[in-house]
Amino acid sequence: MQKLKFFDSTLRDGSHAVKHQITLKQISDYCRIVDGSGVYVVIVGHGNGLGASSLQVGLSLHSDKEMITTARKELKKTKLGALLIPGFGTIKDDLAPALEAGVDVVCVGIHCTEADITQQHIEYIVSQGKEAYGVLMMYHMASKERLLEEAKKMQSYGAKGVIIMDSAGSSTPKMVTDVIGHLSDNLEIEIGFHAHNNLSMAVASSLLAIESGATIIDGTTRGFGAGAGNCQLEALLALMQKMSIETDVDLYKMLDASEDVVRKMMLKPQEVDPVSIVSGLAGVFSGFSPHVRKAADKNGIDARDIFMELGRRKVVAGQEDIILAVAQELAKKKIRTQKTSAKRSR
Amino acid sequence: MKNTHQKMKVGIVGSGNIGTDLLYKVQRSKLLECSIFAGRDPKSKGIKRAKAMGVNTSFDSIEAIERNPELCEIVFDATSARAHLKNAPILKRLGKHVIDLTPSRVGKMCVPALDIEDSLTAENISMVSCGGQATAPIARAIMEVHPETSYIEVIGSISSKSAGPGTRANIDEYTQTTKDAILLYSGVPKAKAIIILNPAEPEVWMYNTVYATIEDPNIPKLTKKIRDVEREIQRYVPGYRVTLGPVFENGRLIVSTQVEGAGDFLPKYSGNLDIITSAAVRVAEEYARSKMR
Repeated sequence: MQKLKFFDSTLRDGSHAVKHQITLKQISDYCRIVDGSGVYVVIVGHGNGLGASSLQVGLSLHSDKEMITTARKELKKTKLGALLIPGFGTIKDDLAPALEAGVDVVCVGIHCTEADITQQHIEYIVSQGKEAYGVLMMYHMASKERLLEEAKKMQSYGAKGVIIMDSAGSSTPKMVTDVIGHLSDNLEIEIGFHAHNNLSMAVASSLLAIESGATIIDGTTRGFGAGAGNCQLEALLALMQKMSIETDVDLYKMLDASEDVVRKMMLKPQEVDPVSIVSGLAGVFSGFSPHVRKAADKNGIDARDIFMELGRRKVVAGQEDIILAVAQELAKKKIRTQKTSAKRSR
Repeated sequence: MKNTHQKMKVGIVGSGNIGTDLLYKVQRSKLLECSIFAGRDPKSKGIKRAKAMGVNTSFDSIEAIERNPELCEIVFDATSARAHLKNAPILKRLGKHVIDLTPSRVGKMCVPALDIEDSLTAENISMVSCGGQATAPIARAIMEVHPETSYIEVIGSISSKSAGPGTRANIDEYTQTTKDAILLYSGVPKAKAIIILNPAEPEVWMYNTVYATIEDPNIPKLTKKIRDVEREIQRYVPGYRVTLGPVFENGRLIVSTQVEGAGDFLPKYSGNLDIITSAAVRVAEEYARSKMR
């Protein structure tokens, strides 16, 4: 069995959980501990990737360049990675400067049915002699046949692998085994899985992905990430150790990173709260959570209703501006209903 | 006025979503008529439709016009940003009045609600991008009321079906050009553009949000100004509507707009086609009018 590669997204997905306010010192401290731990790559930056610091999804405390340069200084054995979602970041403004600042690996993410948008970016990364991985986000919204078609496009552009992202934490066990099994039967390149924990399935789903043929697991220390968080890497590593699945990762180093750095980075412990459960059920991007809560408070409506409506509208990652529109509509509807029932009771 | 019934001949290069939607609008115009509709894709639905409409078509794209330059006076380029870089010098040599609907940014940018008069003298006019057409006038209105605005950001979400292969291959050019248009037209010191494609069925309508960083916005004044902009754009894009705001939240001023398409080539959800093709036709008509005077 091919040894697994672990993609450590703690400093990227975790950025969502602290509204993109991770400090340079935290980046330094984390990278120093995990360098040489055996994880394949440490991915840093804004939760939505390079060039995503914005009023739409949240402003970063530090620029991409500052974060990358800081991590680069500490990572001597372990590769440094970044995420790019075309549409947010561009080659000229964001990707080229990131490669120049020392990024080795770039995950190029896009909504799972839109892989052709990543062609110019994947080809550019490969042309610069760096590693490119395709990421198909919100995979629960497409069939396994469609996902294969999209993954094959990324393969043809030169991606070393394709990572299936369960951005909404909406997976059932069958979905994971069906999709990963289908891809691993039909693709030449590596297949990865990035889980979210909305339905408390992130570690389980990642294990299922491995058993179905995935060779890359993308997760975070302490599960630190958007919404209910991610696949907790150190828990998965311990589980694999019990199952005698060999990895190259030093479990103790990851446990140290969890206790000494990530615990302090978190504003609150990573938990599966009711709103996250509804977001997983509705199949809505985990990163929406803080925006939905704020809109619910401001408009005096239930955050769960917003999530269900966003799910009904099949909103994708990056459409945070729709949250406010939906919240206002629901608030208007609520006032109308109250007026009608008041009239009736008169 | 002996020329009233004579229409100016135009060529359309690029037979994808934008080119075909444009054809419908040209054929409805009282001042323009399409004398050549040229693409490259032998399977193009656009060419099939054009033929059915009785329009002269070709699979030789730009070469069709190069071979036979007297076919038309105005050329709309609806290919892709990269293709336009090659087409632009050819069209310049042929002395054509060029209206570029790709985000190549070769020519002088034009947003009809803001600067149509200045655009008539340019040989090559860039129609920016659909997002630029929808948001630059709002950005300018915000800056007119609040010149101290430090940052403007525009988000466009469109249905996947309305973004053809040209748009998809040029996503970077799209965001860069949209950002540049915001900087140019509003004068804000810093800007950003983001685009999202959504594959949902039924398809999502084109939706744009403009965010601005302002300390203490004058909402009544902004509302009035933005309503004026809405009316001005509606003169050539009837389906353009401000659907949210201006509202102020967390230090951000927010204005959202939606564009209902005319349903010419693709259904009504694809307002992103309409806003740029309608703007392009508006520029061509203005040019035709000035030449026929």
